[in-house]
Amino acid sequence: MKPQSGVIIRKEWDIVGARQVAREMARELKFGVVDQARIATAVSELARNIYLYANEGQILFNAIQSVNKTGLCVKAVDTGPGINDISEVMQDGYSTSGGLGAGLPGVKRLMDEFDIKTEIGIGTTITATKWVR
Amino acid sequence: MPIPILKLHNYLLISIQTEIDDQTAIQFQEDLLDKIHKTGATGVVIDLTSVDIIDSFIAKVLGDVVSMSDLMGAKVVLTGIQPAVAMTLIELGIHLQNIPTALDLEQGLIKLHQELGV
Repeated sequence: MKPQSGVIIRKEWDIVGARQVAREMARELKFGVVDQARIATAVSELARNIYLYANEGQILFNAIQSVNKTGLCVKAVDTGPGINDISEVMQDGYSTSGGLGAGLPGVKRLMDEFDIKTEIGIGTTITATKWVR
Repeated sequence: MPIPILKLHNYLLISIQTEIDDQTAIQFQEDLLDKIHKTGATGVVIDLTSVDIIDSFIAKVLGDVVSMSDLMGAKVVLTGIQPAVAMTLIELGIHLQNIPTALDLEQGLIKLHQELGV
């Protein structure tokens, strides 16, 4: 298995491509069926955010090894406008697109670790990790 | 590729078998409403047994198509939602409330019979 992989998000169909890679990697890392669905769904949401708000970006996948655990680290990187108020987008039900996308709180719940870095005018990087149980 | 819509008496049956992208989902919404209009179907079953991921967008399209069909006078039942999909949707924060569902196609048809009183 390739420990690293990346999908460029430019077109709407790339969202499907990203979640397929996510599922494939999750399966190879021996995640359970439910966790595979969680990861693929989280990636779908992150990819859609890039498509909707940043036009272009990338989803990077990294198989990671810790002391006695294996995980999948997903990084969503874009060079979009950045997020003005992180606490606002982390509220359940917050949306600027009229209900498209369940938003970042949902992604955070689906994954084990979640981190967001953003700079106005530079872009946003969201890192989310899931560990094999 | 468009999602096939089958007619059975006054029902429409749909089994979603392929990975759905946004465009396919929206096309399906249009196709289904058009088919309801043309056939005068009173009940619709959308079977999701083969669908292994529903994200917020697909969920919104499915929820909308239920409300839209309802406006036209056709009842829609979603069937066969997989355990992993159900868990993921709730964790994501999508509850699809007020949407009729059933365990499988058979139960879905029974539910339609009951709701439509035929």
